[in-house]
Amino acid sequence: MGSTAHHRAEGVGRRDLIKRSAALGLVATPGMGLLSACASSGGDGQDKAEQGKKTAKNPLGVNDTAGMEFVLFDGGFGKEYAEDAVKIYERDFPKAKVKFAATQKIQSTLQPRFNQGTPPDLIDNSGAEQMDMGVLVGKNQLADLTALLDAPSYDDPKKKVRDTLRPGIVEMGQFDGDPVWILYYAYTVYGVWYSQKALDSLDAAYPETWDDMLALCAKAKKKGIAGWTYAGKYPYYIPFSLYPMIAKVGGREVLDAIDNLEPNAWKHPAVKACFEAYYELYKKGYILRGTPGLDHIQSQTAWAEGKALFLPNGSWVENESANVIPADFGLAVSAPSGLDASDKLPFGTLWASGGEPFIVPAKAKNAEGGMEQLRIMLSEASSKNFTSKVKSLTAFNGGTSGIDLTPGLKSGVAALEKAGSNVVNPRLQDWYVQLQKEKIGVSGLGELMAGRLTPAEAIRKIQSFADEAAKDSSIKHYKHQ
Amino acid sequence: MRHGKYRFIVGFLALPLGLYALFVVWPFIQSIYYSFTDWTGLSPDFQMVGFDNYERMLDDDIFWKSLWHSLLFALVLPVLTLGLALFFAFMINVGGRRRKGGPAISGVRGSAFYKIVYFFPQVLSIAIVSLLFAFAYNPDSGAINSLLRGIGLDGVQPLWLGDPGLALWCVMAVLVWSTVGFFVVLFSAGMASIPAELYEAALLDGASRATTFFRVTLPLLWDTVQSGWVYMGILALGAESFAVVQIMTTGPGGPDYSTTVMVLYVYQKAFRDGQAAYATTIGVALLIVTLAFAAIVMRLGRRERLEF
Repeated sequence: MGSTAHHRAEGVGRRDLIKRSAALGLVATPGMGLLSACASSGGDGQDKAEQGKKTAKNPLGVNDTAGMEFVLFDGGFGKEYAEDAVKIYERDFPKAKVKFAATQKIQSTLQPRFNQGTPPDLIDNSGAEQMDMGVLVGKNQLADLTALLDAPSYDDPKKKVRDTLRPGIVEMGQFDGDPVWILYYAYTVYGVWYSQKALDSLDAAYPETWDDMLALCAKAKKKGIAGWTYAGKYPYYIPFSLYPMIAKVGGREVLDAIDNLEPNAWKHPAVKACFEAYYELYKKGYILRGTPGLDHIQSQTAWAEGKALFLPNGSWVENESANVIPADFGLAVSAPSGLDASDKLPFGTLWASGGEPFIVPAKAKNAEGGMEQLRIMLSEASSKNFTSKVKSLTAFNGGTSGIDLTPGLKSGVAALEKAGSNVVNPRLQDWYVQLQKEKIGVSGLGELMAGRLTPAEAIRKIQSFADEAAKDSSIKHYKHQ
Repeated sequence: MRHGKYRFIVGFLALPLGLYALFVVWPFIQSIYYSFTDWTGLSPDFQMVGFDNYERMLDDDIFWKSLWHSLLFALVLPVLTLGLALFFAFMINVGGRRRKGGPAISGVRGSAFYKIVYFFPQVLSIAIVSLLFAFAYNPDSGAINSLLRGIGLDGVQPLWLGDPGLALWCVMAVLVWSTVGFFVVLFSAGMASIPAELYEAALLDGASRATTFFRVTLPLLWDTVQSGWVYMGILALGAESFAVVQIMTTGPGGPDYSTTVMVLYVYQKAFRDGQAAYATTIGVALLIVTLAFAAIVMRLGRRERLEF
């Protein structure tokens, strides 16, 4: 084709290049193509496995020839513990074919399958790609786990599974009303993490009141050690110690009101007092320099290197930072310090709650099999196996006797014992993910701790975020029962 | 033979056009359709909700913030990147002083080496570049603040990515760093095709380097610059800005939403919040912005073609 337009030096016409780059833009524009790729196409895959016979050994009535598919989040806890539990399932049901997969990409692997109505039978819905539980529940995608909870436990036929769990686990799996949608398998202790060795070298014990805390930070500062550091880029780690402090100061109703998105919940005097206490850390220069620019790993490393005394975090920190925490560190966790003796709850008030949410999809082919697998995992032997392998507690109450506990785990168990019934469980973080992480966490607390907002400004801003969320009809709202 | 020719063309075009329709056009139609539903992305059932998503978008502060940041990206990045790339390419190819025995027109000393150095970041994946810079920006032990401390500027220790006033610029700087080399090479190729006689004539007339650049190089290179502009703008609106923001400023797009961009917001709504329909709505807005950007650049850049 002898058009003159091509009679130029380069092989590719420049106009063509522009057109092509425009087309490239069309492709690149959003992840829209990707989104639509998982659009609903499949019909209802309602070919469920027939129920098996309920016996004492098989209380859920699992069809022993039906296949069972289990998808696990392969994160900080690895996949070994689940593989071990799968082996037990295979031993119990030798005729069943079990398909086990571990992935970090829960949502990208499973979202299309939910859309097609062919999800697996058991999912550990965790990690950065966690699927939104509120949406899954709201769209009737999850199976009710009540049958599992009322089944006899794996170890003792006289005890229901429900009665072997740690406090709060069942409630956490409920959203509104009775059905239980989620079973949290791990049990996380949140709080203020520190090195016993560092405190010893300062001749100090963990401070129970805020005046003591400030005094200790002042002492540390003289030695060139910062009092606190935190995951500056993810300031939603701050609540791990701040929220239980609010509960300690003002009572757990304050946190409940916050979770319920009640008007003016954040304007409670206890919230203000705690915000001011934390702001004091910034004002007095007790926060490690540069902290607002650090991510969680960087802040944990700085803390493990002894640059700062305290770090708000969860019990996974022991596993996550294992390679930077020195052997003689004396890792310990404490419930947050309170303000003074007039606090409503005693020292020891602690945030502990379930982690690693396991779900059985409503459209699973073999839902009984999925639940049976969970029942196996909730046995004492499997729970011990988990705890000794990944240094974390499970939802199973007990199961720590006879195994060597690591320092952090030991101190977590002690903190739980000390807390007794004063365990709080703020729900913002699983009910309203965006509100908790981005708005309150990054735009509120993060800015407060970086000194760019005063406590009064932060409270006003956070309250307006909460009010917005309360009014937003696109998110499902929950209330404490 | 004429009929045969058309059959020939159609035969060749059918497959690519079909693929284009299936993988590009069809997803677009689908996304626009989904933006009128309440689809969550986690379940196959949804209902039509009319313009609800669009109304919500217009009320959404974070959407406006991300739109503003995306526009900033699309305006500032091309200016910086192309400006720098033009300067470098000019110095490498034309800007050198005349050396004895060498050609009349040449680049500065060591220009071949510079070309490789500039192009080097292009070889690295944007994810790696972002990670490296995230470490460099670490205010506690990162390279930049360490350097500042090293030269005695102890008092100047910015938080970089932790500071809402700086974070967006930090992210942009990384994109400039990683893309400039590509355009240096592109413009070098363009300059190589400009006849040397033109430069020699300019030289004989006693034109300075600046005059040579603005009167000779830039006009003859205009088409390439314009393509580069569109390409860079789309890069800035799309994938690259997503990668740097997602990796470097983690959290939800910087402190206090200071680096949120539209693509990131689409991703978060679709894959974190279970609001796929709303995400497609923002995607449609992004599509409009991108098309408008390309249209404006092409219209503004239209000028008479110089033949040589």
